[in-house]
Amino acid sequence: MQYIALIYTAEDENFDPASEEAKAMWEAYGAFTQKIIANGQFKAGDALMPSHTATCVSVRNGHTSTTDGPFAESKEQLAGYYLLDCADLDEAVAIAAEIPDAAHGTIEVRPVMIP
Amino acid sequence: MVQQPPDQSYVQIYRAHAGRVLAALIAYLRDFQLAEDALQDAWVDALNQWPRDGTPQQPQAWLLTVARRRGIDRLRRAGRERDSANEIRRARELDAHWIIDESQIPDEQLRLIFTCCHPALKSEHRVALTLHTLCGLTPEEIGRAFLTSATTMSQRLVRAKRKIRDAGIPYRIPEGEQLIERVTGVRDVIYLVYNEGYNATASETLNRPDLCLEAIRLARLLFAALPYSENGGLLSLLLLHDARRPARVDELGIYVPLLDQDRKKWTADKIEEGRQLLLQNLARRRPGPYQIQAAISAVHCDADTRDDTDWRQILGLYDALLGFTDTDVVRLNRIVALSYVESPAAALGELSALADALAEYQPFHAVHADLLLRNGESDRARAAFSRAVALSSNAAERAFLQTKRALVD
Repeated sequence: MQYIALIYTAEDENFDPASEEAKAMWEAYGAFTQKIIANGQFKAGDALMPSHTATCVSVRNGHTSTTDGPFAESKEQLAGYYLLDCADLDEAVAIAAEIPDAAHGTIEVRPVMIP
Repeated sequence: MVQQPPDQSYVQIYRAHAGRVLAALIAYLRDFQLAEDALQDAWVDALNQWPRDGTPQQPQAWLLTVARRRGIDRLRRAGRERDSANEIRRARELDAHWIIDESQIPDEQLRLIFTCCHPALKSEHRVALTLHTLCGLTPEEIGRAFLTSATTMSQRLVRAKRKIRDAGIPYRIPEGEQLIERVTGVRDVIYLVYNEGYNATASETLNRPDLCLEAIRLARLLFAALPYSENGGLLSLLLLHDARRPARVDELGIYVPLLDQDRKKWTADKIEEGRQLLLQNLARRRPGPYQIQAAISAVHCDADTRDDTDWRQILGLYDALLGFTDTDVVRLNRIVALSYVESPAAALGELSALADALAEYQPFHAVHADLLLRNGESDRARAAFSRAVALSSNAAERAFLQTKRALVD
């Protein structure tokens, strides 16, 4: 089965990408990604720009409306994702638990719909 | 078609085997709904054939064989109707592998407990699914136990089964760290099943399935397969609780609290088994909340009369329990022990800290009333009993509280 792991984290406006902390995080993600690639569980994965860059689009009665900001205003925002190849939910949950941000944020795991 | 209600002896045979057969079928077919439908088909076949040919020598094997065949037929038919090569192939594969071995059924049941108690399911869905799948209770029966309608319960079961299928919740015993975490959840579900039965013993709803015995059966199964000390602790706790069940309601149907119970009515062999089990597991020095609660229960069972109760030891055990599960309810029970070790006045002093959090919790007011009474504060005790009566949800308990209130001079 394929699962998507959506990574939700609290955003920090003072986040400094050059800090030691940030570097350690990138390294942790690098190691984690290499590991799941080696295990044959990785299909895709990316980090997203912060939610202040988000734009919401909807079409009603043929009119397109575009608004600034993420879909839902909440403390934790979507920060990235992995697309995983797993035998079952237990395997997906075990991988999700190893995503570095699971230690601070929350990972939502969902099966991908197979038509 | 069967028009008349089925012969009760067939119903009994079916019910005695349905839970185990279903577990084996789910493991074999890997699909809850298909397994249930197949078992239902086999039951219809049984009602047609048994009256004509006689009841089979081994009804379990009979049901399993027929249901397996029916399950494969259903899969093949669905494959043809939907033109799905996948389902046709699955049917062919299953047909080629006749691997249901009846001696494997306890393992299949254990695997299913882990599926039914999966943390990805809602807590109330876990309990309902466990009762339905492992104990063979109908949605009507589970609905009755949880005071909801059969329709609500059916919907709950359908949602739980759909989540298992769609989210890919596996049928297997988890490994490594996941096992440690998950087995805790399994114990909690079994304990909930037990408590549901235990509390209902005194409720208005009679003619209920025996949830207590089912919970004990599941606890035995869990401990036999995974002999961890906490699994032993759970089984021990259930046995020690269950030993006291006959004494919890008197001849008039009025609830009798532990300290007032007729100790001769306690079931000696259950106490003995629970105690032995507890001692064996405590000796392994891996304490946990279920072992500690079992130990508290055992201390009560050790006392020949209420006045012989070793409250100091019980208080120490509650302190230890707080180290594992620091909840307001545990604190409340600890305060009761404190009232006997020190004084009702000392206990009342600590009780006030819980007043807000447990304002809607009946036992809080019953304890409060008892402490006030023992402290000589009759008027306030009467008021606290009234509050407890108002919050009580079952007749036997209400009758007890009303009697206590009436006796306050």
